[in-house]
Amino acid sequence: MKYVSEYRDAKLVRALAEEVRDVVTQPWVIMEICGGQTHAIKRYGIDDLLPDEIELVHGPGCPVCVTPLAQIDKALAIASHPDVIFTSYGDMLRVPGSHQDLFSVRAAGGDVRVVYSPLDAVKIAQENPDKQVVFFAIGFETTAPANAMSVAQAKRLGLDNFSVLVSHVRVPPAMHAILSGEYNRVQGFLAAGHVCAVMGYWEYPPIAANYQTPMVVTGFEPLDLLKGVFEVVKLLESGKVEVTNAYARAVTFEGNKPAQDLINSIFQESDRNWRGIGLIPNSGWSLAPDYAAFDAEARFDVGDIHPEESPLCIAGEILQGLKKPTECPAFGTLCTPEHPLGATMVSTEGACSAYYQYHQPLEVQGLAND
Amino acid sequence: MCLGVPGKITEIFEQSGLTMGKIDFGGVYRDVCLDYIPEAKVGEYAVVHVGFAISILSEEEAMETLEILKEIADLDEELGVDLETQS
Ligand code: SF4
Repeated sequence: MKYVSEYRDAKLVRALAEEVRDVVTQPWVIMEICGGQTHAIKRYGIDDLLPDEIELVHGPGCPVCVTPLAQIDKALAIASHPDVIFTSYGDMLRVPGSHQDLFSVRAAGGDVRVVYSPLDAVKIAQENPDKQVVFFAIGFETTAPANAMSVAQAKRLGLDNFSVLVSHVRVPPAMHAILSGEYNRVQGFLAAGHVCAVMGYWEYPPIAANYQTPMVVTGFEPLDLLKGVFEVVKLLESGKVEVTNAYARAVTFEGNKPAQDLINSIFQESDRNWRGIGLIPNSGWSLAPDYAAFDAEARFDVGDIHPEESPLCIAGEILQGLKKPTECPAFGTLCTPEHPLGATMVSTEGACSAYYQYHQPLEVQGLAND
Repeated sequence: MCLGVPGKITEIFEQSGLTMGKIDFGGVYRDVCLDYIPEAKVGEYAVVHVGFAISILSEEEAMETLEILKEIADLDEELGVDLETQS
């Protein structure tokens, strides 16, 4: 397939890993923010190809993992409502709330449906005027254009039976939080390519300068990942604090203007709780006042929510790059993808799940045939 | 949900006031909203997230990146680094 197979060429992957080996002279800790990249790194064994000096730590960029438990409990309460058709991206269905998950709500008779695009949820609302259709609008900057459009479209169509349960988070405030943390180890960032495809990377130079941390916008294929690592290592070794773009085929400095414009009209910045990390000021989006009528939290009484986390789970430390999944005593024993204790094991983009699934990474020689 | 996938635009049409496209993901076709890439043309490739195209892939940039990467690989071969036997 075009724009995919070319970037899995095993020979180039090895050659580039060799280049990294040639330029590195000392240990560096580099964080990939995005869970999609964590997944690809473990899948293709990219970290095994890199010299020992380079340690990749995994960031909080997994939307399923950082959606707060309280928000999941609210979703479960709304989905249990008899008049509600609850719609969600598929990967939220198995996320455990304090006492159940969306699958068990469905098994108990709730109308829970998986949608590919939030526009599908709008369509369900059009087709079911006697039902309340709620969409679980979660994610980072990559899903925000889609989620924002669903609200704009519902307004245009005059739908009063459509609402969204919003739990949106943004990458730049998370970078701030990680870099200013007392025990921060991150020295360079691979910035998430598709977040930057939407938002551009004009927000990053001030963060890089403030914390003296270079960043490289990076794509998702094995070659893209190695190119990102190579560029960030070169910056680190030369002491240059810059933000560069190793994913220029999809990302521009300005990003996607029409998407940013719609996001800014539907949403406003707000404080967000990140599961495992806690409150980060101005780190997310909520509905702007003009669209408050589409807020599911205002439309439904969810009762008292008292989220209860598993006391064993160290996902918070993993999401900040302080620990690796294998350091969790429950990893692979009490906690597995079939019986997850924390959100980083549920989502395929979660670090715990990636470590569990790709215990034996794909042989890189087979990459090109994949 | 958060994985963006590149696909080829094979058809552009209007639906409920939105610009939509039929996109070929290596043989699997899906209807995708193109409102955020209004300049897109049939035959171009776009990155798609949850049913929305968020950026057009630049062929020029894609080629350039690959060229640079291939130069790096060739350079190593010239220097006698045996790529096949490394682990
Ligand atoms: S292995 Fe399970 S319990 Fe341990 S940190 Fe990961 S998700 Fe939490």
